[in-house]
Amino acid sequence: MAINNMEQLNATHFDILKELGNIGQGNAASSLSNMLGKPIDIAVPDVRLLDFGETVEFLGGPENIAIGMLIGLSGDINGMMLYVLQKSFANNMLQAVMGKQVEELTDLDEMDFSFVQEIGNILAGSYINAIASLTNLTIDISVPSISVDMVGAILSVPAVEFAKVSDKVLFIDDSFLIADGEIKSNMILVPELESLSVLFSKLGVDI
Amino acid sequence: MATINVGISDLNVGKDTDVLATYALGSCVGICLYDEGRKLAGLAHIMLPWSKDATNPSDNMRRYADTGINELISKMCAQGTSVTRLTAKIAGGAQMFTTNSAIFNIGERNVEAVKKVLQTYRIPIIAEQTGSNFGRTVFFYSETGIMEIRAAMKPTVQL
Repeated sequence: MAINNMEQLNATHFDILKELGNIGQGNAASSLSNMLGKPIDIAVPDVRLLDFGETVEFLGGPENIAIGMLIGLSGDINGMMLYVLQKSFANNMLQAVMGKQVEELTDLDEMDFSFVQEIGNILAGSYINAIASLTNLTIDISVPSISVDMVGAILSVPAVEFAKVSDKVLFIDDSFLIADGEIKSNMILVPELESLSVLFSKLGVDI
Repeated sequence: MATINVGISDLNVGKDTDVLATYALGSCVGICLYDEGRKLAGLAHIMLPWSKDATNPSDNMRRYADTGINELISKMCAQGTSVTRLTAKIAGGAQMFTTNSAIFNIGERNVEAVKKVLQTYRIPIIAEQTGSNFGRTVFFYSETGIMEIRAAMKPTVQL
């Protein structure tokens, strides 16, 4: 049977997505740790289905300014992933590597942008690689495209995609634990439903 | 005076001192319709161009430019106006992320659809701020018919 609607997913599916997220996140954390030269731990990610309004509220409300990084997925899995990074995340990274802080995300300059884009590349690359090698699937990722803007506006991009299939979106709440505290990154995964079926059947899970 | 919030894929009508507000339009388009004489204002926040592309029959029809605008007009007419009295101001339809993929041009397609639909009703568009690559919050004042646009990195403008 195929998945026709996200709401068909059951507890087992969520456990698997959580575990995949855990593995992806673990891999992403070690890449980040190498880059920052600091130990980084992760908390077990929380994976859930949220509707658009809930997602926006969770991310600080429609007008909260955040960094959105959109990455296209192609190959055996098609879809997109959107990282939403808050100011604390950007500042933690900027501080560690470039020794600087920004008051507002709107103050980021070109150089900061390329730096953040590189972080996105590393996060997405290691995340997806972990999933690809575990499942033996070929998954290509696009270069991340970045937008610093209102959360509501950033989310309208995956919203348009998921509106076609579901009112809900797969929301992954990740935490990186760096020496001086916890920084959150949130990811929204919008796989094509067919790709989700491919993923689960590859792992031998009934849909 | 009341501030009436209009969510994504939703619409509402206000009059006199009411202010209609919709937050963080990205690729979505906000359509402000106004009857100046009656101080009657309507705002719709659409997300996709055409309802014929809906795959789910129980889909929210306020999501689409054609059915959304149609419903907004009916709602306003129920409060005493007629189509010929209405003018339009529109905002949104940004491309938030730069890529080559067609789906990311949804903002442009939304704006196109909105314009076509308004044209079929012969409602003139007297102001617009669409396209580009930034999010917009819209306040629409029933008293004056002014559409105010706020953005993260731009000064607030009144149209």
